[in-house]
Amino acid sequence: MSATLTSTDPSRTADGMPKLFPSRRSVGRWRPHLWHLFLIPFCVLWVYPFIWMFSAAFKSQREMLLGGLSLIPEEPTLDNFTRAWTTAKFGEYTVNTIIFTVLVVGIVLVVTSLAGYALSRPGLPFKKLIIGVLVAAMFIPHGYTIIPVFILVNELGLGNSLLGAALAQAGPVHVVPVLLFMGFFSGMPSELEDAAKVDGAGFFRTFLSIMLPLSKPVIGTVALQNFIGAWSAFFVPLVFTLGNPSLRTLGVGMYNFFGQESTDFAGLAAGATISVLPTIIVFLLLQKTFIEGIAGAVKS
Amino acid sequence: MAVRTRRTAAKRREYLWCYVLLLPLLLAFGGFTLWPIVASWWYSFFDWDGVGTPTEWVGVANFIEVLTAPDFWSAFWHSFLFSLVALFIELPLALAFAILLNNVRLRGRNMYRLALFVPVVTTTAVVGIVFVALLDPVRGAVNEVLFATGLVDSPINFLGSTVTALPTVMGIDLWKGFGISLIYWLAALQTVPKELIEAAQLDGARRFAIVRHIMVPVMAPIAIVIMLLLFQRSLGTFDLVQAMTAGGPVYSTDVVPTYIFRYAFSPEMQAPRYGFACAAGVIFGLLTLVLTLLQAPALKYRKRVAA
Repeated sequence: MSATLTSTDPSRTADGMPKLFPSRRSVGRWRPHLWHLFLIPFCVLWVYPFIWMFSAAFKSQREMLLGGLSLIPEEPTLDNFTRAWTTAKFGEYTVNTIIFTVLVVGIVLVVTSLAGYALSRPGLPFKKLIIGVLVAAMFIPHGYTIIPVFILVNELGLGNSLLGAALAQAGPVHVVPVLLFMGFFSGMPSELEDAAKVDGAGFFRTFLSIMLPLSKPVIGTVALQNFIGAWSAFFVPLVFTLGNPSLRTLGVGMYNFFGQESTDFAGLAAGATISVLPTIIVFLLLQKTFIEGIAGAVKS
Repeated sequence: MAVRTRRTAAKRREYLWCYVLLLPLLLAFGGFTLWPIVASWWYSFFDWDGVGTPTEWVGVANFIEVLTAPDFWSAFWHSFLFSLVALFIELPLALAFAILLNNVRLRGRNMYRLALFVPVVTTTAVVGIVFVALLDPVRGAVNEVLFATGLVDSPINFLGSTVTALPTVMGIDLWKGFGISLIYWLAALQTVPKELIEAAQLDGARRFAIVRHIMVPVMAPIAIVIMLLLFQRSLGTFDLVQAMTAGGPVYSTDVVPTYIFRYAFSPEMQAPRYGFACAAGVIFGLLTLVLTLLQAPALKYRKRVAA
């Protein structure tokens, strides 16, 4: 190897060693940049429906009627939002959606954290059986069982109420959050419990005032997943509000926007923005937790 | 001896507490998972409009009616097509994107990932209706672009024609769920040890050989779970179809869940037919089960690989 070779020689690495695969390395260096030429337009097109929606929400109704593909409103206006909020009752729907979502998240958290703690106790009889049944229930298709659920909730006297809808949504508990809580609690050192016992705390006290506060990361993950799931739920709220339009959530309310003689596109866009913005914002803020939650469900 | 009894008593008390804490879960499971399955079967033997308790026993008449209804089978075929699109178009496409976005040298890959994922966190029914507006033959942006660029002479009525409606809804379904498959695949790719690939590269293995002999075997167990989850999810597609077309035009986009919904809850029908709808639900569940079991060889493969 002669000393005349400098580090700018494309067939050598920075320290002058010959490259193992010179051609492939140099290809690898520019290829990622080339991909941007495809990826950027593709992703813009991918999120175009949202861009259109946000833009149309601020356009005047006249501008919408004239059409045109410009994404920047000529004279931005908030009229569409006020119209959606009051005339199309999206204010009411937003309140309903918040109540529904809070109830669902609350029910799921209580049920799964309690169960997760119980199942994390070593040596509990039937533990394996319970977990096995729950996992099997996740994978075995049970067909279409909304009708019995609908009847059950009605018989509980909760038909035509947001609590009933929330129960139906949260009721078919998923095993994943239970396993998350279980995994977390069984990883806790047993000294912690022994200390609590010495201090005279009973089983439930130990759980409530020591273990539960420690499980904040799991609570966060489970709450986030169910927040997005419940906020964007459609089927259950649709079935449970058929008899009582004043209980509609945003998804169902949006659906009713349609089918009128002439659809108010600008109002529709404003309504859609109200519906999807909260979840998009929460997702963008907490994307890491959310994506890891989804990925973890497959891995485990 | 006395100490031991005290300890077992304490243990027993603890277990008792555990079952108390498990009670809400068991109640929810019993009430919202087990009971509905049993009740679906029971109700499907009755002709019942949901008023009072079911009394008019009709035996298997509902089942026969479902099985001989061409509308049911066409809806089932559409549901099945949704899952075929998911398995054979969405999954491979998502894998290609995952491999592309898994490249650490690709700058801004996180932004791309976010962009592709955003549709997942939005309400299906809402974006479905936004698409109805975008695809509107008269004022929709899509037709405007097609017209302006001279690709079409007259607007395409995407959702109004029996020919184009189903592929259109399927395309949007793919768009909506794509992000989940992408994240699944990215998670699966993370399980492939980097050292293994680097070692193979040092040995001069070609990219295809690396995919074939390292990535496929390592990722296979997760891939099978991804397949199963996606298959069941796409077979149950409801929100998007109901919001965009409600099964129309002329039932050309009808899927089993919208079919059942129509018989049980839709105001179009004079009286709800719970018994018939339950029978359709039970048959749909059985068909799904059979189709899932057909994938059992894949599960066996998973076990063999995992062992």
